[in-house]
Amino acid sequence: MDSELIGLLIDSFGKILLPGLAMTLPLTAISFALALIIAVAAALVQFANVRVLRQLARFYIWVIRGTPLLVQLYIVFYGLPNVGVTLEPFPAAIIVFSINTGAYAAETVRAALESVPVGQIEAGECVGMSYLQVMRRIVLPQAMRTAFPSLANSVISLMKDTSLAANITVTEMFMATQRIAARTYEHLALYIEVAIVYLLFSTVLTKLQRMGEKRLSAYQSRKE
Amino acid sequence: MLLKATNVHKTFDNTLRVLDGVSLSVEQGDVVSILGPSGSGKTTLLRCLNFLERADEGRLEFGGREYDMAHTSKRDIAAIRKKTGFVFQSYNLFANKTALQNVTEGLIVARKIPRDQADETGRRALAKVGLSDRCDHYPSQLSGGQQQRVAIARAIAAEPQIIYFDEPTSALDPELIGEVLAVMRQLADDGMTMLVVTHELNFARYVSNKVIFMEHGRIVEQGPAREFFENPREERTRAFLQTVGDRLSPQDKE
Repeated sequence: MDSELIGLLIDSFGKILLPGLAMTLPLTAISFALALIIAVAAALVQFANVRVLRQLARFYIWVIRGTPLLVQLYIVFYGLPNVGVTLEPFPAAIIVFSINTGAYAAETVRAALESVPVGQIEAGECVGMSYLQVMRRIVLPQAMRTAFPSLANSVISLMKDTSLAANITVTEMFMATQRIAARTYEHLALYIEVAIVYLLFSTVLTKLQRMGEKRLSAYQSRKE
Repeated sequence: MLLKATNVHKTFDNTLRVLDGVSLSVEQGDVVSILGPSGSGKTTLLRCLNFLERADEGRLEFGGREYDMAHTSKRDIAAIRKKTGFVFQSYNLFANKTALQNVTEGLIVARKIPRDQADETGRRALAKVGLSDRCDHYPSQLSGGQQQRVAIARAIAAEPQIIYFDEPTSALDPELIGEVLAVMRQLADDGMTMLVVTHELNFARYVSNKVIFMEHGRIVEQGPAREFFENPREERTRAFLQTVGDRLSPQDKE
């Protein structure tokens, strides 16, 4: 490897990392927070068997999981202007990523809700709690702990998938890399470099997942 | 009379008749054991009385009011449940709550009792079942017997007028059954009204004052415990006691 290339890589590292920190991570964090709200809502209406809303949730999950994320991005960003809805790239990306991740996370949360023994719901109702109180205080906390590893997986997937936002002109770190590559023609080196930054990010997220799991497992079999 | 259920019917999946016109009444301070082979409808009866299962038909008199069991409103059910306790075969403790929190959860959330007051009540209830030193343990850190005692503490903490026990010792290892039965005997001595579905003949014989024997969703025989065991009227009861009678130990008498 010649020194010129090494210089370019060092020089470009900051230019890739910066939009990573300033765009990729916030995009991931905001989208996931919203996705979680959507997921819990879509899971709860199914779990509690709420009429109409349950079907609506199934339909949402069916459509979103059945279509490509890239196509969803195109529909919202390039398609909606045809009916008068024009969105800035960043909000468009947030909307698509949260709706997309929400559909997958909804299934995770639903399965986790179902894993809580039904006897605990009955016990809660027998001590006078309402169904909603039992859900909020007993079932949901346990379900979220069960769902945590899968949800952490979703965060890592989402973080990598934000690279697709380059297609709708969001200047996240993959787009930043593309720009440098277009100027310098060092495609191989630069795309490997951005891959390493993604790897760095997901390694940190994995570490956070491990720490989180340890803390959350407090009530599960911490024998004396 | 504290509780009276009349002509309770329950069918599962439109075909399986689990309760076929059951009537019973419970006086204040009664300890009633419900015996019977499995599938006789004992557990379903208990669950219908607390509306965990919805009876197809039946009347319930409780707390000075009468309810149509098939059409009792959510509100009435909540009101009834605040005056009753339920102890499950599989304990059903809240896995994400400590022993003390299991006991206080209903007090704080459902009854709006201030936390420190609820904590005090909870500690007293746990002391009563001999678990003062386990307040901060999670269910997963407790033995089956200890978990069931926490469940009993949870049931008594709200000072219910009656506690339903659904086979409280059936899920326990043999060596853990005794500690749970001892707590139940203590409750009986304190005058707690209890309706107990059980296979423990010694409990039925020596702790409860009344026994109900069920089969095929009907009450075959009911009466004072001593009479039931020493002088059963029905042929079917005699046959049942003959097949299970070797589990009854006369020397256990106090």
